[in-house]
Amino acid sequence: MKKLMLGNEAFARGLYEAGCKVVSSYPGTPSTEITEEVAKYNEVYAEWAPNEKVALEVALGASIAGARSFCGMKHVGLNVAADPLYTASYSGVNAGLVIAVADDQGMHSSQNEQDSRHHAIASKVPMLEPSDSAECKDFVKLAFEISENFDTPVIVRMSTRVAHSQSVVAAEDRQELELKEYIKTPQKYVMMPAYAKGRHVFVEERTNKLTEYAETSPLNRVEISENAEFGVITNGAAYQYTKEALGDKASVLKIGMVNPMPVKLIQDFAAKYEKIYIIEELDGIIEQHCRNIGVNNVQGKEIFGYIGEIPQSVIAEKILGEKKEFVSLDENIPVRPPVMCAGCPHRGLFYCLKKLGVTVSGDIGCYTLGAAAPLNAMDTTICMGASISGLHGFNKARGAESEHKSVAVIGDSTFMHSGMTGLVNIAYNNSNSTVIILDNSITGMTGHQQNPTTGKNLKGDPAAAVNLEELCKAIGIKRVQVVDPYHLAETEKAIKEELAADEASVIISRRPCALLKYVKHNPPFAVDSEKCVGCKACMKLGCPAISVKDKKAVIDHTQCVGCGICQEQCKFNAIK
Amino acid sequence: METKSIMIVGVGGQGSLLASRIIGNVLLSQGYDVKVSEVHGMSQRGGSVVTYVKYGEKVYSPIVEKGEADIIISFEMLETARALPYLKKGGKMITSVQQIDPMPVITGTAEYPDNLVEKLKSAGADVTAVDALTLAEQAGTAKASNVVLMGVLASKMDFPEEVWQNALEQCVPPKFLELNKKAFALGRNV
Repeated sequence: MKKLMLGNEAFARGLYEAGCKVVSSYPGTPSTEITEEVAKYNEVYAEWAPNEKVALEVALGASIAGARSFCGMKHVGLNVAADPLYTASYSGVNAGLVIAVADDQGMHSSQNEQDSRHHAIASKVPMLEPSDSAECKDFVKLAFEISENFDTPVIVRMSTRVAHSQSVVAAEDRQELELKEYIKTPQKYVMMPAYAKGRHVFVEERTNKLTEYAETSPLNRVEISENAEFGVITNGAAYQYTKEALGDKASVLKIGMVNPMPVKLIQDFAAKYEKIYIIEELDGIIEQHCRNIGVNNVQGKEIFGYIGEIPQSVIAEKILGEKKEFVSLDENIPVRPPVMCAGCPHRGLFYCLKKLGVTVSGDIGCYTLGAAAPLNAMDTTICMGASISGLHGFNKARGAESEHKSVAVIGDSTFMHSGMTGLVNIAYNNSNSTVIILDNSITGMTGHQQNPTTGKNLKGDPAAAVNLEELCKAIGIKRVQVVDPYHLAETEKAIKEELAADEASVIISRRPCALLKYVKHNPPFAVDSEKCVGCKACMKLGCPAISVKDKKAVIDHTQCVGCGICQEQCKFNAIK
Repeated sequence: METKSIMIVGVGGQGSLLASRIIGNVLLSQGYDVKVSEVHGMSQRGGSVVTYVKYGEKVYSPIVEKGEADIIISFEMLETARALPYLKKGGKMITSVQQIDPMPVITGTAEYPDNLVEKLKSAGADVTAVDALTLAEQAGTAKASNVVLMGVLASKMDFPEEVWQNALEQCVPPKFLELNKKAFALGRNV
């Protein structure tokens, strides 16, 4: 049956149809729905791991045990999982192992715009790249075959547009596979120097074989147009933009296997035309490969650059000189950046941090929005877990002057991912740092995934829940207190106390995400316009439900969830 | 046929995902190739949200760019104004008149522009402005304003009514179906 599927949903369908048995992933936009969707099939064991390194090791273990397995993550997640990846390349697999990595061209929801193809090249692991949902499903199935035929993990590279666009897919039946036999083979699976040396030889030979395979693989496709005066070599979403912009004006070589790339196929295609355009988003990897194999009639990065997406308008303008007409209003249209939701428990905490004027070492999650106006309460955000370790470094550099006026903020899921080790470092290396764990009982930004602190697993079944207070104490932090960020005075007091203390401390700011279905909301508040003096103290909270009309505060009843922090903030008793 | 483009704009949380799924369902049932592009993650948190729906014999790019949209459906006036450059010459805009202040307006660093419907019309846009929020409340919940706008859209496209009803049945959970059918009908008869 044909149906519209997100790229991620089609990817999950491909895993199911290929007989995949074990899935372990960490959520990250735009990769999350692959694992959420595959978890809906009862034939597949699927879990959220605390981070991508753990997840990939789980999937590799399952592969060695003889089950087709999968691990999914976003581009920066592959940095975390790089350690097992580079050696899994040597050990190879037993049953097939497929890894999804989702790049985010245009940085719709990420802290950098790295090109994951570099990881495939550096780890010498084959990488496939689909360009729509149907290809997601087909490529995943092919990826398992390549994995088993060539004894290698296979990465499938996604992008925001491919992952989050729906297109037509025809679902097929699942191929039910028996577990492959596990045979103890230390030469292959114990990667100590003596054995790893042998496997490196194998890896180099494998790359040669994969390059041969790339010459004739259906993954790489030539589309000749009789009218074409030039050729285009492209991959992924850029293929779709190319076809839309150029139609039959160009012949196209679509690269579906982006590592390793074919040689003769490209040379033959490029020889047909005087001019070849390389249309690839982010880095010039296809272009560099062309130059390496003596194909020099190519132009790419000098036209399209290294930044963001290359949509059809850019291709039409740069290659054909065509521009679409459009009109716009002669009017200043205010921007609408994302904001913390009405009732977000992070708001009260960040309001207190702003009020106290402390330096805030931030992390990755919804609470990164604390950096935006009017709260402006964040100084740094680098990567998962860096809030805690970064604060420790900051304090070691600046000493007591910084220790009493700086904090780290990190969410519950991010703390489990890679914040814990930073806290161990604080305790072990004796730093007087104050860490605030924003425990909203869910992984929020990626759309509500369970994590080791929530008491539920990916399938929603009861699971062991990490006790954050006890964990922090076990790590060696003696001062641990819990506050409710809906109570501003209590929260402010706790922050002041822990900043003043002469030893490391943890504040757990605990209140479930206001968007969770089980969270009961209070009736919305309203402003008594008789009592409101228009002082705008409530506006300092940056709540999207509060605005000022005719110099009086107004609360939008469709957004307000009755959290009450504006009421606590109002000195004139005007909010009821 | 030439590929057609529909753009759905609004504020995160207003229900553009459901709207795009209903339209996608209708178009697929009519035998078109369809692509729907959504935005997840960071942008959902009360920011501007844009969804693209494209259909035709063969659709390549899933995204809609400036000057390409045949129809723009908007849940919020400021977002309607922001989307105007995406409208193709001769394209149609369907907008809710609802206004939601963005953070720069809330904090007082910017003003919400006034008389946007008139301004859009004088810029040459074919605008149908609807009080979708009030109609949705009439149907039973403010949350159904997305489906009210689907009703308005249906009145501007040449697909049989039953196709839309089927799409509603497939995309809306059963316990909210009656309510949403009412919202759809209110939009259809604007």
